[in-house]
Amino acid sequence: MSTRSATVEAPAQPRELVQVPAAVRVEGVSQVFERGRPPVLEGLDLTVAAGEFVCLVGASGCGKSTLLNLIAGLAEPTSGRISVSAERPALMFQEPALLPWLTASGNVELALRARGVGRAERRAEAERLLRVVNLEGHGAKRVHELSGGMRQRVALARALAQDSSVLLMDEPFAALDAITRDVLHQELTRVWTEQGLSVVFVTHNVREAARLGQRVVLLGSRPGRVVREWQVDIPHPRTIESLGVGALATEITRELHREISRHGQ
Amino acid sequence: MVSEDSRGRPGLALVDRGDVENRAVEAGLDALDAGPDLPAGPGPGRRFVRSVLPPLVFLALLVGVWELAYLAELKPSYVLPGPADVARKFWETVQDGKAAEAIWTSLSRGAVGFGMSLVIGSLLGLAMWWSRWLRAAIGPIVSGLQSLPSVAWVPAAIIWFQLSNAAIYTVVLLGAVPSIANGLLGGLKQVPPLFDRVGRVLGLSALGRVRFVLLPAALPGYLGGLRQGWAFAWRSLMAAELITYSPTLGQGLGQLLNIGRELSQMSLVITSITLILAVGVAIELLVFAPLERRVLNRRGLTMR
Repeated sequence: MSTRSATVEAPAQPRELVQVPAAVRVEGVSQVFERGRPPVLEGLDLTVAAGEFVCLVGASGCGKSTLLNLIAGLAEPTSGRISVSAERPALMFQEPALLPWLTASGNVELALRARGVGRAERRAEAERLLRVVNLEGHGAKRVHELSGGMRQRVALARALAQDSSVLLMDEPFAALDAITRDVLHQELTRVWTEQGLSVVFVTHNVREAARLGQRVVLLGSRPGRVVREWQVDIPHPRTIESLGVGALATEITRELHREISRHGQ
Repeated sequence: MVSEDSRGRPGLALVDRGDVENRAVEAGLDALDAGPDLPAGPGPGRRFVRSVLPPLVFLALLVGVWELAYLAELKPSYVLPGPADVARKFWETVQDGKAAEAIWTSLSRGAVGFGMSLVIGSLLGLAMWWSRWLRAAIGPIVSGLQSLPSVAWVPAAIIWFQLSNAAIYTVVLLGAVPSIANGLLGGLKQVPPLFDRVGRVLGLSALGRVRFVLLPAALPGYLGGLRQGWAFAWRSLMAAELITYSPTLGQGLGQLLNIGRELSQMSLVITSITLILAVGVAIELLVFAPLERRVLNRRGLTMR
């Protein structure tokens, strides 16, 4: 196996937080779906620095997915401001959402086509991207011939094909088995590092958040807003079993439970 | 000590070793998940025994019963001719070129009629999908038309267009267009909303989403509609040909059937029916079945 070029390509700029421009800035965002119903999000503030990996956790219905949709530009907030450094953030769903009539490579190529990449380049670029997610030689396969983990990696390659500096992920690994999920955690960490992406990762798996994020943001429910956040100082390489990951997950879970039980009173 | 930059980004050199291991595990998982190659389908011999032989055996039995009934003289022979008589008539019709002429006439009418229905039905289906109002307004009528036997249009068509090809095409269109429009509409309605979101996330324009996402996603339903549309077009065509008989019109299979009736020639009637059935089955087997199989295979939707 050849040495990966990432070591060479890694950006050399200093990464003190203060100097990094924001990739995503959410300011006082509220979202009301129906008049008279409580807002899904209320006065939510969140800033994601360029190159940062932020995990959003919270109970079901805390508006995590709504927030991602807003950042992705698929919906407009009722009030507040959202600015994103990338013109069009890439978004991955819980389902791979691959188009079943296309091959793995065809799915990636469609994203390139939407970006206006020429026909000749598309094939080669798709091949390169599939190599990035360790799917070299699988490009000609149809979606139904791929396992769940492989599909999600094709979806990741498709998201990378958007060439956006911001990657939004909506519980992308929730439907996978634990072994595959572990492997993809590492894969994602590597891709994030190599490509210098800013990632907003939504999950309700607290341990996953502690494993992946540089920062974990806990959202409260009804209305959704930031309750608390943690800077994650656990050194890489991490695994889901890393001591620090477990300890942090315990702490976040305790806070999450406190937040959830507030609603039962 | 682990090398990290100030913001907790993994030190690249150190992650590398974990990554190499990770990739190995990943490749192993991929290989395991992909599973062993599926056993090849049954060989030609097995396939023959499984799917070609049974209908042949059944057909032979049917002819046997028919022959027995004929030998027992259950009915006079002008009502129930024997299989041999019919076979003779069939061969005669094929030999003097009447069969080929009738098949050609009907098939070309069918193709033209189906082609027109394809264009009109597809546009109508798209329009109904596009406009909620239009769907509400004409949806029930289009669905209703599907259950109206198109032979009911023949008298009207003859009054409008006399005994002409226009009358025949009118009946074919009224038979096939609703199926095609409804098939496309149904296919479009079944497209998961997630696919459209994918198109939007990827930054495809509205037109691009229709072309690259929506229409391909609707293809299986659309194909079902086309298949049914062809069946209805063929039936309608036969109904129309059976009634619109005129020396100025080309002689199709329906007209051949009508000649048999007028001459009280049961063997010609059965010959015509056999030809009509054969053409319908041939189009189904040669055009629609392979097309559908290909589309479903690609998407992994084939039932075994």
